[in-house]
Amino acid sequence: MIRITRKVEFSAAHFYQNPQFSAEENKRVFGKCSNTHGHGHNYSLEVTIAGEPDPATGMVLDLKELKDILQWEVVDRMDHRHLNYEVPELAGKIPTCENIAAVIWTLLEPKIRKGKLDRVRVYESDDLFADCTAGGDGVRK
Amino acid sequence: MKISLTRRYKFAASHRLHSPDLNEEENQRIYGKCNNPFGHGHNYTLEVTVTGPVDAATGMIANLGDLDPFVEREVIEAFDYKYLNEDVTEFQSLVPTTENVCREIYRRLESFPAARLERVRIEETSKNSFEYDGR
Repeated sequence: MIRITRKVEFSAAHFYQNPQFSAEENKRVFGKCSNTHGHGHNYSLEVTIAGEPDPATGMVLDLKELKDILQWEVVDRMDHRHLNYEVPELAGKIPTCENIAAVIWTLLEPKIRKGKLDRVRVYESDDLFADCTAGGDGVRK
Repeated sequence: MKISLTRRYKFAASHRLHSPDLNEEENQRIYGKCNNPFGHGHNYTLEVTVTGPVDAATGMIANLGDLDPFVEREVIEAFDYKYLNEDVTEFQSLVPTTENVCREIYRRLESFPAARLERVRIEETSKNSFEYDGR
């Protein structure tokens, strides 16, 4: 089996606030991430597809096709957007990199026609990222 | 669907690879310049990966407000700007190869209460990295 990975970047704004929490609780739990007007990141997304290369093309999945899927499903949806207000798939969720990775997984999985989605990695910054894989352990609540 | 969270930390430390079970010549042959008597140093990058349910109230596997001070207290304070062979008790009797540093850091972080420690990965230089997942 071969794994191929494509990387794209998008820039977006977000903040962390749980409407069930008081203002003090939001500040205590989320710190400066709770600032009401939000802040932004340059996100980096790495998407890995696993499979056997097609004998006719030598490719698991044409990277051009993957590039287009990432553009339509992720970049067009999230780039230069406010994740709390403008991405319906994140509505009602705190837009942490854990939740963003899970949403991207759900968006991409049905679109991959050759090979299988193996991993979605979302970097919020150089020193923080979340991975979403197909494993059964650590399932979302 | 399984989700994990990885945080990267940095520490700078010196070490010397020298085993008391080997003679001088063997130490020199096996460890090469890493055996030089006064030690040498690296800028280490430590990746800590935790996994578990994403808390619906916070959207988080673990709050960095909990993870960062835990790693700071358990690892960074003990390792950063230190000579591992002398300043970290465990390496007074264990060669501080990055394999062993991985294991020791995993041991120190395993008790993180808010999520399950999945993996520790250390880049000793931009060319070398080591991982330990407790198995």
